[in-house]
Amino acid sequence: MNQKYLIPLTTVFLLFLVAYTGVEGAGLQWFFGIVFPYLAVFAFLAGFVIKVMGWASSAVPFRIPTTCGQQKSLPWIKQNCIDNPDTSTGVFIRMVLEIFLFRSLFRNTKAAFNRNVSNKLAYSWEIFLWLGALAFHYSFLVVLLRHFRFFTSPVPSCLKWLEYFDGIVQLGLPGLFVSGVVLLAATLFLLARRIFDTKVTYISQAADYFPLFLIIGIAATGIAMRYFTKVDIMGIKTLTMGLATFSPVIPEGVGGLFYAHVFMVSVLFAYFPASKLMHMGGIFLSPTRNMANNTRAKRHVNPWNYDVKTHTYAEYEDHFRDKMIEAGLPVDKKE
Amino acid sequence: MSDQIKPDELINKIDYSPGSGNWMDTTPSVQIQPGMYCYAAKAESVETLGLPNARPWNPLDEDWHLPENWQEIIFNGIKERLERFRTFKIFMDVCVRCGACADKCHFFLGTGDPKNMPVLRAELLRSVYRNDFTTAGKILAKIPGGSRLAGARPMTLDVLKEWWYYFFQCTECRRCSVFCPYGIDTAEITIMAREIFNLIGLNIDWIATPVSNCFKTGNHLGIQPHAFKDMLDFFVEDLEEITGVNCAPQYQKKGADILFITPSGDVFADPGTYTCQGYLILFKYLKEKYGLDVTWSTYASEGGNFGFFTSHETMKRLNAKMYAEAKRLGVKWILGGECGHMWRVIHQYMDTMNGPADFLEVPMNPITGTIFENARSTKMVHITEFTADLIKHGKLELDKGRNGNRIMTFHDSCNTSRGMGLLDEPRYVIQNVCDNFFEMPPNTIREQTFCCGSGSGLNAGENMELRMAGALPRANAVKYVHEKFGVNTLGTICAIDRAALSTLCEYWVPEVEVYGIHELVGNALILPGEKNRTQDLRMEPLPGCEEDE
Ligand code: HEM
Ligand code: SF4
Ligand code: SF4
Repeated sequence: MNQKYLIPLTTVFLLFLVAYTGVEGAGLQWFFGIVFPYLAVFAFLAGFVIKVMGWASSAVPFRIPTTCGQQKSLPWIKQNCIDNPDTSTGVFIRMVLEIFLFRSLFRNTKAAFNRNVSNKLAYSWEIFLWLGALAFHYSFLVVLLRHFRFFTSPVPSCLKWLEYFDGIVQLGLPGLFVSGVVLLAATLFLLARRIFDTKVTYISQAADYFPLFLIIGIAATGIAMRYFTKVDIMGIKTLTMGLATFSPVIPEGVGGLFYAHVFMVSVLFAYFPASKLMHMGGIFLSPTRNMANNTRAKRHVNPWNYDVKTHTYAEYEDHFRDKMIEAGLPVDKKE
Repeated sequence: MSDQIKPDELINKIDYSPGSGNWMDTTPSVQIQPGMYCYAAKAESVETLGLPNARPWNPLDEDWHLPENWQEIIFNGIKERLERFRTFKIFMDVCVRCGACADKCHFFLGTGDPKNMPVLRAELLRSVYRNDFTTAGKILAKIPGGSRLAGARPMTLDVLKEWWYYFFQCTECRRCSVFCPYGIDTAEITIMAREIFNLIGLNIDWIATPVSNCFKTGNHLGIQPHAFKDMLDFFVEDLEEITGVNCAPQYQKKGADILFITPSGDVFADPGTYTCQGYLILFKYLKEKYGLDVTWSTYASEGGNFGFFTSHETMKRLNAKMYAEAKRLGVKWILGGECGHMWRVIHQYMDTMNGPADFLEVPMNPITGTIFENARSTKMVHITEFTADLIKHGKLELDKGRNGNRIMTFHDSCNTSRGMGLLDEPRYVIQNVCDNFFEMPPNTIREQTFCCGSGSGLNAGENMELRMAGALPRANAVKYVHEKFGVNTLGTICAIDRAALSTLCEYWVPEVEVYGIHELVGNALILPGEKNRTQDLRMEPLPGCEEDE
């Protein structure tokens, strides 16, 4: 349903306009450049912590990893130590692969039903979601890290190295950063999937389109500032350093486009803890992935385990004693 | 089966592209379709366990006779479970609706119903969670159209009916969980939903009655102790005719080495009964050759646990018998037969719920000296682990030729593959008792195995259309190896599979028969003092003996 993406799209436009006109027309630099970013970062940190603490406060009564390979059993049977780990080292490797390489998503297949020949269901490897997701997340990460240039003085050398490698492919444009372009392209790909893959369209909510449009907005304004309009980098750095050192100032000569960019980033931060973007925290705590499959070898304790009414052997024998005796089954009490 | 939908008709219904529109709009029009749902739990079965709201009701009726404050019960039920299960809480919060799980569910592949996409199944519940438990949902609910924007909705009777319909169209197989980047396990969400249903008396009879039977008589089928013995006696007679050896088992023997527990389905229904005969042959062999003392119990005569499909509490109540009986009999450790969900319960829940089993010994195979390190705490060993160990050490005399007419493939059961990882043990056993073994395509076996379509208590008769639709992906793979390699035998280590896959094959691939692994072991194992065998356990001629008929 188009409402699901029209509303988020309009919202992102409005966010842009609010900040742009707010600065260009009403001179609200202090709000969009100082107050809101601080609030947003605070909301992000507080929200993130509250959410993760909330998850952590829920019990893990049973050890129920999803096992994706051979268990540890007899010594001569080769265990799949990563997909079915029984030690914390194995779990650690499994988690690292999940978090950094999206290992489960890498398995993705696509099912198709060939009605013609012999009604065969066929499964093909579907790599594009994985590729798109990796491209999106890594470029996002690189872009994010590169931005620390604005918050540090002098800029640490590792950031300079990052910039150097990011800019190594020049593609005719001097000073082009690959990460920004990949970010925009990958986000557009993820958006296209949502719009054109009927299954994904059907499951999508406004909350799925909103972050995508917002990130597209952020990337587009960022790219525009860097390559198309001239912005006052020195002025911006004054502002960001002011924020970082808690002595905020509003420099002269920085335009509305920049404030719109910052505002959208702030909205993303503030929105983060209340949204599905919290998958960033959730993946670390997901019990089907972060537990060892050794429940038979090492006892797991359920903090809220309670006694239950069972049907005891004595009750059972009382009920069936005559029949058991007649059938020649052993009994504890012969009467 | 005459009024039942034909395979072609079923296939013609499948369409993987859902329509446009908002799925929430379709909730009021969800009709509980005959053939797709299971009958309601009988009041008396619900009463046996003292569970709430026992009454006669019919899912097709307008009025489900719910307690007056059912919404409040559900709200509190969700709240309590969010605190008790981190899985539930995280899975409610972190799904990004990427759709990776969408076409992984056999029910989606078999029905094309978009609400059978695991993500949407979960969203049915998540939409209510967003409405009642998240700040964003509560804030957005205040502006017109805001709930919609948040993907949230209040708990209404329509929503409840939709939940009921679709959470009983999930077999808790966990295939979706393998592919989810965060390991979101829709099975876990279904488990929570079914627990919540039980708070207001909405179980299905195919689960509630076995549970009540199991509680009272020791097994799902309600076989009383003397009848249980009669049934095994009957197998003993057959075995004597086939092998010339008396394989009579022992019952409730105090001080035996090992307590053996298997699903009662193996005692009751073909072709599980042949697997059961395989166990009898194996234990006789080990007794004669090595003096191993194995006992059965009529009290703990159920390995399976339909309580698992009811609630964690009910699962615990039924499971308690295993340790209780092992303790009473004073055995060293417990051996478990071929079953799927039984093994998920034993492997991932039993020790936690009903342990510690400090009255048992760390399982050691007295014949080979192998210590089952992986069962050190729970003290229960899977029979294919046990048999594989015996074979590896050359302790079994096997005549593979007796399974020479079996061209095998192997169906990994959902629970043993994705809730345990028992993959190579059964394969090792198969390859040592049978020469012809072909794997189904890689996307349909091991951790990616497809459910039989009848798991988690959905193997009733009245929901046959659902079962056969869910069976389609598995059947398709069986058909593939049948056509390519001439496979005629589908091996399995699950009692529900033995019944369900037989129906599946009859419907989709009639040329293939279903065998338990220990039936093949029973055929191949050369018993001391046996006569010249001419028949297999099904009393059909062994390969090379056909002309003797
Ligand atoms: C540990 C860190 C993270 C991991 C392991 C991770 C992993 C994933 C995975 C596997 C997906 C599913 C694939 C997809 O739909 O693209 C995904 C989706 C997504 N992630 Fe992350 N993520 C992380 C952090 C973040 C952060 C910091 C953001 C911040 C913007 C983010 C934004 C998104 C978005 C917007 C989607 C949905 C894409 C869509 O709509 O299709 N992720 N993430
Ligand atoms: S794969 Fe996981 S994150 Fe993606 S839609 Fe399914 S449950 Fe949600
Ligand atoms: S657990 Fe199995 S049946 Fe249930 S939604 Fe996932 S894939 Fe489907």
